[in-house]
Amino acid sequence: MEHNINVNLKIWRQRGPKEKGAFVNYRVENVSTGTSFLEMLDMLNQQLVDKGEEPVVFDSDCREGICGMCSLYINGHPHGPVQGITTCQLHMRKFNNEDTITIEPWRSAAFPVIRDLMVNRNAYDQIQQAGGYVSFNCGGAQDANALPISKEVADMAMDSATCIGCGACAAACKNGSAMLFVAAKVSQFALLPQGEVERKRRARAMVAKMDELGFGNCTNTGACQAECPKNISISNIARLNREYLRAKISD
Amino acid sequence: MADIKNLQGMIDSTPIMKDYADIESSKLPEFQIDSKIPEGPVAEKWTNYKAHQKLVNPANKRHLDIIVVGTGLAGASAASTLGELGFNVYNFCIQDSPRRAHSIAAQGGINAAKNYQNDGDSVYRLFYDTVKGGDFRAREANVYRLAEVSNNIIDQCVAQGVPFAREYGGLLANRSFGGAQVSRTFYAKGQTGQQLLLGAYASLNRQIKKGTVRSFNRREMLDIVIIDGRARGVIMRNLITGEIERYAAHAVVLATGGYGRAFFLSTNAMGCNGSAAVQAFKKGAYLANLSFTQIHPTCIPVHGEDQSKLTLMSESLRNDGRIWVPAKKEDAEAIRAGKKKPTDIPDEDRDFYLERRYPAFGNLCPRDIASRAAKERCDAGYGVGTGNAVYLDFKYAIQRLGEDVVRDRYGNLFDMYQMISDDNPYETPMMIFPASHYTMGGIWVDYELMTSVTGLFAIGECNFSDHGANRLGASALMQGLADGYFVLPFTMQNYLSDQIKVPRFKTDAPEFDAAEKAVRDRIKRLMDIKGTKSPDQIHKRLGHVMWNLVGMGRTLQSLVKALDEIEEVKKEFYTDLRIVGEADTLNTELEKALRLEDFLVISKMMAIDALHRNESCGAHFREEYQTPDGEAARNDQDYMYVGCWKYTGDNEKPILLKEPLNYEAIKVQTRNYKS
Repeated sequence: MEHNINVNLKIWRQRGPKEKGAFVNYRVENVSTGTSFLEMLDMLNQQLVDKGEEPVVFDSDCREGICGMCSLYINGHPHGPVQGITTCQLHMRKFNNEDTITIEPWRSAAFPVIRDLMVNRNAYDQIQQAGGYVSFNCGGAQDANALPISKEVADMAMDSATCIGCGACAAACKNGSAMLFVAAKVSQFALLPQGEVERKRRARAMVAKMDELGFGNCTNTGACQAECPKNISISNIARLNREYLRAKISD
Repeated sequence: MADIKNLQGMIDSTPIMKDYADIESSKLPEFQIDSKIPEGPVAEKWTNYKAHQKLVNPANKRHLDIIVVGTGLAGASAASTLGELGFNVYNFCIQDSPRRAHSIAAQGGINAAKNYQNDGDSVYRLFYDTVKGGDFRAREANVYRLAEVSNNIIDQCVAQGVPFAREYGGLLANRSFGGAQVSRTFYAKGQTGQQLLLGAYASLNRQIKKGTVRSFNRREMLDIVIIDGRARGVIMRNLITGEIERYAAHAVVLATGGYGRAFFLSTNAMGCNGSAAVQAFKKGAYLANLSFTQIHPTCIPVHGEDQSKLTLMSESLRNDGRIWVPAKKEDAEAIRAGKKKPTDIPDEDRDFYLERRYPAFGNLCPRDIASRAAKERCDAGYGVGTGNAVYLDFKYAIQRLGEDVVRDRYGNLFDMYQMISDDNPYETPMMIFPASHYTMGGIWVDYELMTSVTGLFAIGECNFSDHGANRLGASALMQGLADGYFVLPFTMQNYLSDQIKVPRFKTDAPEFDAAEKAVRDRIKRLMDIKGTKSPDQIHKRLGHVMWNLVGMGRTLQSLVKALDEIEEVKKEFYTDLRIVGEADTLNTELEKALRLEDFLVISKMMAIDALHRNESCGAHFREEYQTPDGEAARNDQDYMYVGCWKYTGDNEKPILLKEPLNYEAIKVQTRNYKS
C-alpha cells in the first residue's frame, strides 16, 4: 500500500555551461510512494519557490516515457535504478524512507550542461540530419500494400525504431559513444525495403557525423543496452558494424 | 455579475449572455464569415480546388519565406513538405528537438479508408463516421477532404519506412477504434504517434540538411506580427537565453496543438499550451467551438494533489477489454473500502454498462459517450477506487485469446499501467477514469486552413476544423498529417501566388518594434507582481474550476459560476503571482506564468462558448439538454453552426459570429450507437 516517505536529495546545480557546478543537499518530506520521481522534484521546486529561491531546472515533457525529454542520472544510472523505463516513469515506491538520492545531469562531453540538470542534445539531431531518412518527396508514394514486408522484419524494424533519442546510451557509456542511437536508426532502415537504396550512404554519413561531433568509440561494454529505457538491443550495433563495413568495402 | 439564483427561468433565452458576450453584432455585414468552400458536390470539391488553384513556380518559391510554429505531426509534415516544394521555411519548437512534440505520445493508431480488410469501408464511410462522430458540428467539405487524403497518408508513411504492424502475409494490419464498424486503424504497437512523428521528423531532417528548412529549438512564440493586414512575422522568446527574437516571413503557420491543459491535469505534455491561439485571437483570428473539449474515457485515475499529469490508456484497449462497474452498490462500497477485490465479483454481478446501453457499438462507442457513461455510474455511487474509477477488464480476452496474444497486442500499455499503478492488469482489471485529452475547438480556419487573419494559417489540433463536437479515435493523427502533407502545401501556394513580387521582409519594421515592446512590457508586468503564489499553484486552482464547472457535464449555473471563479483566479494571478529568477535568462517559472496568463483567456472563452450553446452535442454536454435516457439533446434548429468568437479588447465582450453548417451529402440525424 502507499505511504509517505522522506528523502534526502543531492542535486547537481550549475548555472551555465561554462560555470562551475556543485552538489547541493535538499530534503523533501511526506512524499507519497505513489507519486512519480519528477512529481517529487516538482514538490522540491515548489518548496524552493516558496522560499524565493530558483527551482532546479530539469527537462520533462510527456511524462509517460515516450518523448525522450527527461534525462536524469539518478544514483549513478541514467533514468534511475529501474531498467527499461525513463525517469518520468520512475515512481517513489522504488525508494525507501530516508534514502539519499543523488541526481546529476547526463554525463557526456557531447551533451553540455545548459543549467542544473538540463543538457544540450543537439548532437543527436545533427546525426539524424546527416542521413536518418529515406529520400523521397511527399506525394509520389505507391500503394502501401504494394510491397509486402514479413511480420518478423516489420517487428524487428519496429524494435529498432522505438528509440526515443533521450541520450541515455551515450551518457551511460564510459567512452561516450552514440553507437546504439545511430545503430537503431541505421538498423530500422537496413531491415526495411524502403531503406535499401540509400543503405550504404546512410551508414557512412551517420557514422561520419557521429565521429565528427566527438562521440567516443564503441568497445562493446554493453552499458548502453543495460540503461536504454526502451531496451534496444546491442545486436543493432553489430548490424551497424556490418552495414558500415559493407559500405566501406564498396568504396 | 449575474445572479445565479434565478437563472433557471432564463434557460433557452439569451439575456444571460449579454453579460459576457456581444451576440448581436454578428448580424452586421462586416462580421459575415466566408469559409471559401469550393462549389460542386462534396466528393468533387477538393479535386476542383486543386485543378483551379494558383501555383507558384519553382524559381519563385525559394524567394518566399514561411514560418511554421510547431513540429508535431502537422508542423513537421507541413515544414518538410513546404521545404520539398522549394519554399524557404523557418520551423520552431518549444522542446529541445523537433522529435519531441506531443504527437509522439499518441498511442493507438491512424485511420484511413483503405478498405484493406474488405469490410465495407470507403472514403464516404470514413467521412460519414467522422461527421456523425462529431455530432454534426463539423464542416462537411473539410471532413470529406480529410477522408479523401487519408489513404495517401498511409502510402506516404510506409514509403518513409514507418514500421506499421503487419500480418504474417506481409500486408498491413488493422484494428478497430470507437465510432466505427470497420477495421480501418493502422498502428505501430502502442506507439503509432511516435512512429508517424519520427517519419515526419526524418523528412524534416532531410530538408534541414538541404537548407530549405531552418530549425529553431527551445523557442516559444509570444506574438504574431501583422503588417498591412497580413501576418508577416513572429516574436519568439529563446527559452535558453531569455532573448526576445524577431523572425519575418511571407506567411505564418501555427501548428501548436491544443489547449487541454486549461484543466491543469490532462494527458497533454507539460509544455502543451494554448498561447498561440490566444496571440492569434488578439490579432484578429476567431476562436471557434472552444467548448468542444474531449474528455478521454480511458485514463489512469487521479492519484493525489501532487499529480502533474494524467496518463492515457489507448482506446485500442477497448477492442478487447470490457468496461464494468459492480451492479450492486454494496459491492462498489466494499471495493472502495478495500474489503473486496474486483476479482471477487462474479460475472452476473458486473454491470457492463456500455454493452448494456449501446449494444451495437458496445465498448467501442465514441469517446464522449463512454466518458459520460463512466461519470454517470460513478456519480450514482457505483465507482471503484477512490469512487472516480471504473474497471477495464482483460480477463475475457485472456480466456478467449490467451495471455500471449493479449501481451503481443497491448504489452507496452500493460507495462505502462503497471509502472504507474503498481497493479498487474493481466491478473486484475485496470482502473480507468476520463481525463482531458484533446480539443476539437480552436482557431477558426477556412477551407484553405487560413485563419481570419490574412496569411496566418492554423493546422492540426490547434485549428477547429474537422472533428465537430467530438473527435473519433485515431483521427487526430490523420488530421495532423492530412493538413501538413496534403492540404496546406496546396492552399499555401494559392495564397502566395500573388506574393511573388513582395521582397523578403526585414525585422526592423515599426510593427516588429511595437510587437517586441509589447512582449517586453508584458513580461515586465508579470515579473513585477512579486506576490506569493507560483504559476503552478494558480494553474491548479484554475484547473479545478474548469474540471468541476466546465468539464464533462455543464449547466447554466455551473458555467456562470465558472466565469465568476475564473475572474477570481485571474485576480489572484495579477495580484499574487510570484516569478522567481530573472526574465533575461532561462526561467521556467516565467514560461509557466506566460502560458497560464493565456490559459486564463482560453478558459473564459471556453466557458462563454459553453454557456452560449444551449444544447448538448458531442463532448459538450449541458445537463439541462438531455433525452429521457440521458443522451445528448441536440438543437439543430438554433445551433447548427460554428460558434466563432472575435476579440474586441482585454476587458471587452467578445463578439459571436456564426458560420452556418450545411449538410448536403449526409442526412442529419440523431446519433445512435444503440442499434
